[in-house]
Amino acid sequence: MKRALDRYSLWAFVRHYAVLIIIVVLMVYMSLISDAFLTPRNLLNILNQSTPLALIAAALTLVIISGGFDLSTGAIFGVATVSAAWLAVNVDPILGLAIAPFVGLLLGIANGLIITGLHVHSFLATLATSLVFRGIAILITGGFLIQVRIPEFIWLGRGRIFNDTVNVAVLFMIVFVAAMMFLLNRTTFGRRVYAVGGNEEAAILSGVRVNLVKIGAFALTGIASGLAAAISVSRLSMGQPQAGVGYELQAIAAVILGGTSIYGGEGAVWRSVAGVLLLQLIDNAFNILDVNPFYKDLTTGLIIVAAVAASAAGRWRR
Amino acid sequence: MPDIVVRLAKIEKSFGPTRVLKAIDLDFSAGEVHAIVGENGAGKSTVGKIIGGYYSFDGGRLEVFGELVASWTPRRALQRGIAMIHQELQLVPALSVADNVFLGIEENRGGVLSGTEIDRFRALDERCGFGLDPAAEVRSLRIADRQKVEIMRAIARDARVIIMDEPTSSLTADEAERLHEVIAWLAGDGRTVIYVTHFLDHALATADRVTVMRDGEVVRTSPVASETKASLVEAMLGEPADVAFPPIPPPPDANAAVLLEVRGLTTDSGLDDVSLRVRAGEIVGLIGLVGSGRSETLRAIFGADPIRGGDIRVAEASYREPTPTASVNRGLALIPEDRRKQGLVLTQVVRPNVSLPHLRAISRLGIVNEAAERRRVRGLIDHFNVMPAAIDGRVALYSGGNQQKVLLSKWMFGGPRVVLLDEPSRGVDIGARRRIHDFIVELAASGSGVLLVSSEIEEVIGLSHRAYLMSRGRIVGEVEPRGTTVEDVLFRLFEIDRGMTPRATAATA
Repeated sequence: MKRALDRYSLWAFVRHYAVLIIIVVLMVYMSLISDAFLTPRNLLNILNQSTPLALIAAALTLVIISGGFDLSTGAIFGVATVSAAWLAVNVDPILGLAIAPFVGLLLGIANGLIITGLHVHSFLATLATSLVFRGIAILITGGFLIQVRIPEFIWLGRGRIFNDTVNVAVLFMIVFVAAMMFLLNRTTFGRRVYAVGGNEEAAILSGVRVNLVKIGAFALTGIASGLAAAISVSRLSMGQPQAGVGYELQAIAAVILGGTSIYGGEGAVWRSVAGVLLLQLIDNAFNILDVNPFYKDLTTGLIIVAAVAASAAGRWRR
Repeated sequence: MPDIVVRLAKIEKSFGPTRVLKAIDLDFSAGEVHAIVGENGAGKSTVGKIIGGYYSFDGGRLEVFGELVASWTPRRALQRGIAMIHQELQLVPALSVADNVFLGIEENRGGVLSGTEIDRFRALDERCGFGLDPAAEVRSLRIADRQKVEIMRAIARDARVIIMDEPTSSLTADEAERLHEVIAWLAGDGRTVIYVTHFLDHALATADRVTVMRDGEVVRTSPVASETKASLVEAMLGEPADVAFPPIPPPPDANAAVLLEVRGLTTDSGLDDVSLRVRAGEIVGLIGLVGSGRSETLRAIFGADPIRGGDIRVAEASYREPTPTASVNRGLALIPEDRRKQGLVLTQVVRPNVSLPHLRAISRLGIVNEAAERRRVRGLIDHFNVMPAAIDGRVALYSGGNQQKVLLSKWMFGGPRVVLLDEPSRGVDIGARRRIHDFIVELAASGSGVLLVSSEIEEVIGLSHRAYLMSRGRIVGEVEPRGTTVEDVLFRLFEIDRGMTPRATAATA
């Protein structure tokens, strides 16, 4: 009895904390073999570089828990980037930054309406809308880059506070992640997100307005993608339609690394953020150690396989 | 002494912290039909799945045809002649009958199919005599016929041992009887049938030997001739059974409020001009055979299926275009027939399951008041005596009876005015069943209205003030449960709906 109990909780532990364990192991390893790693500057840098992806992954967690999938976050990011740059140049830089999350919100709602209104699986719907959104981004710029040489435009991406140490963007990220955690764990909306992903039929019969919940989750992911775009475009002072290509898959990888079930109904926001940090940590390790970057994707892929295997072993063991 | 084909010696099995088999000893002989009966959670399905290779075991020895087996998987079991037929059939709906039967053992040359399935099927069917159309798509078949496909599939692999897990749970009485003929034929052919069931009548009608299990242990194995339904129930429970129904409160008087009134309800799901009424404090039954529209009536009232015509009034107020959300707000509760698929969110623990329909009552500005939630869930769990009694217990691991109690807690959270109950005691153990019956009586005594659907006609008669008879989507009559017997009711249904063969065990919905 005792033994069985221990084994059971051990697997649950592995499933929930695999990503943290890997992060700790990697950090210990890096600090042992490199002096450049464990410095406040490097660690803050990792955090700063994680910011755009962490925003997207935090909100995407809600979509995945609700049983959905969003392949259009990279494309929303692209549209929001060029919209922000275009407005900054042609109207006002602050308005440009502010519009990005609203563009994301709009496109996220569009995703949600297509999925719920046409009863299309979110995987297919967002695969299609990501092409449409990319097309819109290209139309906005005419296919060109938009340079933004305006000082007021860069505070969000490059500004720092606390004696010039912490990036403003990191604060935005922390606030947003905290908001997503609160939303998921403490609100009626969060409860419904879990219920819809765990058993849609039961949720419907419990009076949950399933479509509204789904639209809400996609809308939040849209906002997050837009906010990430605002930070990124402010950092680069440049908007281009191909910005954020591949972000959608990295964000999904981070959520899965965090042990959130792709079947829905289970997961947590903080673990997805940990997943993003792990991806960034691997990136950082390659830079510091000056290893051939050809091995980076390979290593990242293997770590994702290991994390997914650990969580699958915990789930299906009988 | 007949040949022993499968022998379990001191077999142990745990799921997580729960020990489900405690050093089981059991043997099965060639040519016998061996029933395993027990309450939900007694471990009877687990025994079947271990023999079939679907579950590993933690300790003990498994011998198959006299040989000790080590690593045991469904594939190896099949190679050694042991096939399992699951409660939920494992067929490919889009393939034909013949393709399903020979799936994985098709004749081929280097992977290219020879296309001989239909001919092989005919040869096989000559022996079985089921008379299925080999070219028919499996998805077009009735459940009973799909089961025959599974059985043929086992015979096509020359299975000597066939394990059936609750094969009659989705069959009509008539179909169950035909399945029993097939089982008798299999045993006559020298095969062993391991028949896991909770229908004691079915076990008694078909088995040669019956094993009773309780709490992961074998109580006894005996020839079926020496057992009766009462002796089996007693062995399953470990004490003399109390199968009586609790006394129901007196019927409401004629001026009691009408809580639910339905007139001329017609739907695409097959309802045709259904009218009924339920007063405060009244338990009203819906009786009919499978497919008569009982569940559909509940679903339409609750707004789970769209309605085409008719009026619904709840507490004397018109209720147009019902939706589940609006129904919850009006104090309706639907406890659906399939608690795992339609009732509970199994990825979550007990507490969020219980509060899900009533989050508005325990939140402000969308923020859940967890202290209030815990308090109310705690009270409900204690009230229904849910075991384990943890408010954050993993409901997916609970027994059927306790899952059902969690589901009842969920709907009592909001204090419903009208409760639509669909098969409230299906697949639950006798202790939980009694608790559920008490709950129905409590509901009526507290002034709620209850609309009760059950395939067990006895249950509806024992618990209702009035009952409607349904057939083919229509209300075809009304019965006064007092002074009525199951036989009377079945006779009336039979008169109305010729072509069905009623039996006292129409429980097989």
